[in-house]
Amino acid sequence: MSKKVAFMQGNEACAHGAIYAGCRFFAGYPITPSTEVAEVLSAELPKVGGSFIQMEDEIGAMAAVIGASLTGVKALTATSGPGFSLKQENIGYACITEVPCVIINVMRGGPSTGMPTGPSQSDVMQAKWGTHGDHPAICLVPASVQELFTETVRAFNLSEKFRTPVTVMPDEIVGHMRERIVFPEPGELEVVNRPAPTVPPADYRPYDTSFGDVPPLAAFGSGYRFHVTGLNKAEDGFPTTRAGIVQAEEERQVRKIEKATDEIVTWEEYLLDDADIAIVAFGSTSRSARFAVNEARKHGIRAGLFRIITYWPFPEKQIADLASRVKAIITPEMNLGMTLHEVRRCVKGMTPVSGIFRVDGEPIGPAQILAGIREVM
Amino acid sequence: MSSRYEMRFSGAGGQGLILAGIIMGEAAAIYDGKQAVQSQSYGPEARGGASKSEVIISDQPIDFPKATAVDALLALTQEACDKYSSDLKSGGVLLIDSDLVKNAPAGDFTVVRIPIISTAKNEVGRAIVANIVALGAMVALTKAVTRESAERAVLSRVPAAFSELNRKAFQMGYEKAVAARK
Repeated sequence: MSKKVAFMQGNEACAHGAIYAGCRFFAGYPITPSTEVAEVLSAELPKVGGSFIQMEDEIGAMAAVIGASLTGVKALTATSGPGFSLKQENIGYACITEVPCVIINVMRGGPSTGMPTGPSQSDVMQAKWGTHGDHPAICLVPASVQELFTETVRAFNLSEKFRTPVTVMPDEIVGHMRERIVFPEPGELEVVNRPAPTVPPADYRPYDTSFGDVPPLAAFGSGYRFHVTGLNKAEDGFPTTRAGIVQAEEERQVRKIEKATDEIVTWEEYLLDDADIAIVAFGSTSRSARFAVNEARKHGIRAGLFRIITYWPFPEKQIADLASRVKAIITPEMNLGMTLHEVRRCVKGMTPVSGIFRVDGEPIGPAQILAGIREVM
Repeated sequence: MSSRYEMRFSGAGGQGLILAGIIMGEAAAIYDGKQAVQSQSYGPEARGGASKSEVIISDQPIDFPKATAVDALLALTQEACDKYSSDLKSGGVLLIDSDLVKNAPAGDFTVVRIPIISTAKNEVGRAIVANIVALGAMVALTKAVTRESAERAVLSRVPAAFSELNRKAFQMGYEKAVAARK
């Protein structure tokens, strides 16, 4: 039998990807340009025995997602710009309590209400630093409808495996555009479920590091009782201010992601083998860049594209390696230089890095990138 | 048809142009087996304001999902025509509603004038199907998808009770465009 094919929006594909990954709970508050994720799940989740709830606001939705996940259900919320800001407090709560969950943030213009229907890529720093305190961050930035499906599945897998919130951040163009999608068959993509505790309830401790940096999480309702708090906690889940324990726990929470960087980071290279100029881009801007690279090649300019797929952890090693191979790097992005800053940090002055920025609600077109390429020639 | 063909459906928010673009994309991607990307741009208002829906069709995977040089442009309002016609390709085609767009831009492209909204209202019977009249005309003018694929895509999008209405709207648009081009 041939596979199921559809012509659908990125946001719709995201919703279907969530269901494929085993998501059975959604809580959210509608906001352009992410609303279609909620709209599709409100129709589809009940069909698979899942629950959909529209909450009173974004922070309430984030709280509901954390609560649902603690009962062992894979849980999702979706929002955009201002809503992502409102969720930050509880995203921090999910970080410190180590509750798996996935947040979709479809990037629109900002700050504040900004440009609700305009595309943007200006939330990438918020994805790492939006909530206060030291904490791990995983953020995926898909560039197509198909990839929004598969990256949503991967986001759930990573959140389950590492007991941590994961954000998926398409820009408005990727979220709203329609393309052909081929639905993966069940079993075709890996689906990861969090490990259940192996000890009896009486011996269970929710942050028991004898099981490694990612201790098993018990589901409420399965006979295990434990304490959950936003305070710094000891391995039994109860608050503590004992310096040694707090230091060790904080370090472990960041380390569990940092030491798995090679396993998490993904990227794509296009025509970089002989390239003099590398474009580093992500999301819809990477599609403009690919067009521009092809145009540049027609004019004898050896350009190539490094497409970021995992934004956090940042592909630090790969960008440093890239810098040793090319004469110049250009970072086109729909913000005023967030990736430029991060790339420069990795490049350490090895090669010149310049940016092309746009925050007027219009995409960076191929012609603008091509002009940037000619400028550094 | 060159490998990348760009279309833009423009008018006011609420005229169903985004849907017209989606159906064009479905005709190409699902029924004609080509690559297609549809995207849109609109303001925060629910009705009114200039709105556009773009469809790129290609035999190859499509990288940049927005129009770079438009092969075919539909404009249902003067505002949309003024705002969205500057990147129309030389040799391209501009389809305008002859009642609502009085000032067509000058340029090296073919201008086709059809009373799209009045056709929907007075000849098909419902103003609401103006987008399907426009779609039929765009299919005839661009040949970017086959007529059969476009009709299948239209019918798969509308409730059965409205099949005949939409079939008629599509046919009217198609035939008026063929006649206007002669």
